[in-house]
Amino acid sequence: MSYEGWILLTGALVGITCGIVGCFLILRKMAMLADAISHTVLLGIVGAFLVSHSMAGVPMFIGAIIVGLLTAFFVQLLDSLRVQSDAAIGVVFTSLFALGVILLSLFASRVHLDVDHALMGEIAFVPWDTLEIFGKEMGPKAVWMLGFVLLADLAVILLFYKELKITSFDPQMAAALGIPVLLIHYLLMGMLSITTVASFDSVGAILVVAMLIVPGAAAYLLTDRLSVMLVLSAAIGALSAIIGYYLAVWFNVSISGMMAAAAGGIFAAVFIFSPKHGLIAKWAANRKISRYS
Amino acid sequence: MNLFQHLSDANTQWVLAGTLLLGMASGVLGSFAYLKKQSLIGDAMAHAALPGICIAFLLYGQKSLFWFFAGAAFSGLLAAYFIQAIVKNSRIKEDASIALVLSVFFGIGIVLLTYINQNGSGNQSGLNNYIFGQAASLVGNDVKIIAIVAVILLAVTALFFKEFKLLTFDPQFAEGIGLPVRFFNGLLMVLIVSAVMIGLQAVGVILMAAMLITPALSARYWTERMDRMVVIAGGIGALSGVVGTIFSTASEGLPTGPLIILAATLFFLFSMVFAPRRGLLVNIVKQMKMRRQTARENIMLSMFDLMEEEMRKPAARHATGFGEEQIRGLRPVSKRLFARVMKQLIKENLVSSDGNRYALTEQGKEQAYQIALKNRLMEVYKMYEMKFSHEEVEKQEDIFALPEPLLQELTRYLQQLGRMPVRLSKTGPGENRRNRNNIIGQRGADSRYEL
Repeated sequence: MSYEGWILLTGALVGITCGIVGCFLILRKMAMLADAISHTVLLGIVGAFLVSHSMAGVPMFIGAIIVGLLTAFFVQLLDSLRVQSDAAIGVVFTSLFALGVILLSLFASRVHLDVDHALMGEIAFVPWDTLEIFGKEMGPKAVWMLGFVLLADLAVILLFYKELKITSFDPQMAAALGIPVLLIHYLLMGMLSITTVASFDSVGAILVVAMLIVPGAAAYLLTDRLSVMLVLSAAIGALSAIIGYYLAVWFNVSISGMMAAAAGGIFAAVFIFSPKHGLIAKWAANRKISRYS
Repeated sequence: MNLFQHLSDANTQWVLAGTLLLGMASGVLGSFAYLKKQSLIGDAMAHAALPGICIAFLLYGQKSLFWFFAGAAFSGLLAAYFIQAIVKNSRIKEDASIALVLSVFFGIGIVLLTYINQNGSGNQSGLNNYIFGQAASLVGNDVKIIAIVAVILLAVTALFFKEFKLLTFDPQFAEGIGLPVRFFNGLLMVLIVSAVMIGLQAVGVILMAAMLITPALSARYWTERMDRMVVIAGGIGALSGVVGTIFSTASEGLPTGPLIILAATLFFLFSMVFAPRRGLLVNIVKQMKMRRQTARENIMLSMFDLMEEEMRKPAARHATGFGEEQIRGLRPVSKRLFARVMKQLIKENLVSSDGNRYALTEQGKEQAYQIALKNRLMEVYKMYEMKFSHEEVEKQEDIFALPEPLLQELTRYLQQLGRMPVRLSKTGPGENRRNRNNIIGQRGADSRYEL
């Protein structure tokens, strides 16, 4: 496959993976927690490097999952100590992120990951970092990593679809039915962490939030069914990655930034033109009502 | 250079003054944001400032703090407007709306930043500092602007403190007495945005939110009064700013923003653990005391119940004491707690023990009787809660505060149900109890003869 093809594939995989996970975050009102985890994953990656002295996939995943779950746990802990939940998120993610940045600057000479790269990602380098098995080139590492994470996410969602759905819409009822709500919560946090770290290399810590939240939010305005929302969100994620890539090449600017901007553009269009929940549809419905009365 | 040389350096002093004032202003304004439950708005506005700064740079052509402020404030307020508009006009909730606007604005900012880096004309190196903040890159002029803005922010807050306070706690009332709520809400928002803007260069867009949240949250642990909270938050913010800056200048190359935030986080952790009334430590001690008190009452009650049971048997077969298993079997108390409470009870001469059997002393019987009476009156009260719902009794201790006729009625129910506690002590009720629950005492005495 060509250089461009690999980048497009990587971007589309990021969009799809983040898109399906993001749906649940929106439904559970945990968007800011995603923001927090996407920041703190940096600490997990730096920590994994300091422990294992390699930038290999597995330690990074483990580090990210540990820190991601820790973030969720700390937020929950502060919450139970009667700290407002948004302030709790704010305190936890900023301090863990600050710690990550300081460790990164202290050991910057030894980590080939620089701060800008961690923040913005560099999808343009992805095709050159290839995986070789028995001397045969198997395509970029990032694609394999994202593909694996996508499969893992899909497996979790298919296996626990019912549980995820009911805990997202009606946690009290789920608890009454005997579904382990907290376990599902941490399962989702784990999924979020591995998704973030897999996308991290391509789009960076902050823009992964855009890929997580924006497609889901747009899909939420287009449908009332969870299954449709998941598919739509994945499609919008992939579409914004592809549009973003071409625009970025056109203007010669950051690809990841443009992907976020493209997602924002798609959301704006949906926000205005959505057939049921859009501005125009609402405005028309209001006019209809006022004409009858 | 060592630390002392650093501190005597004029530029470092300027920078220190800047971060001190910045910390103070953001701590003060963060208190309002925290109490209005808008902590993360600051996060969104800080991220959203990036495209504004870049556009200002593109339009003006070089680094100018004033135009950066203007651009950042414009895009920050625009982001705040978008967040509100999305929440108002769609079913997307506030948290998703904040995350959405924040990340898209930041994405646009990154796009513009790379555009400037590739096509810009020369002096754009300072722009990258806005992401993590580099206080050392502040020069005299920047610090002057930061200081002036911070002082203005503090002055305006002091001037309208009363109005902001009212607005924060009771906006409906504020509107009712004719305060221009919309104006003051807007003013407060502008002040918060300004605090974010002056912090960007020192702390950076990503961590600026913490400057608003962390000092305010820490201050909340120390006081229940708004005016003190604002002062404490300002102090913690200022201190974090100074500590972070000193560490950053002393160690070459460490970014200032994260160090300031870590300093603030340490203050927060300290407050959370050691604060006098809301702190963790105090609460743990309080909880332990409470657990002990409950265990004590439970043990007394269990012993009373066991004794009462014995009283129903023919006098000759009365047991004089009870084993630990027997007492703990009635109401669960952990073994360790039982041992500790028993030791205390024996010391107070309420219980006598021969090593493995425990018996209530005369004094203990009297106290156990009072506890049992309270406990059972509460039971009956709960049983007929609908009937007594106009009287609010939250705790067992308050039950004797009920009016006399109600107490009599409750006592009557107790007797009907056969739950009237039996007086265990040999002394009559009239001799040692001449207070407002006299009547219950007498009835208690009566019921002894009924058995």
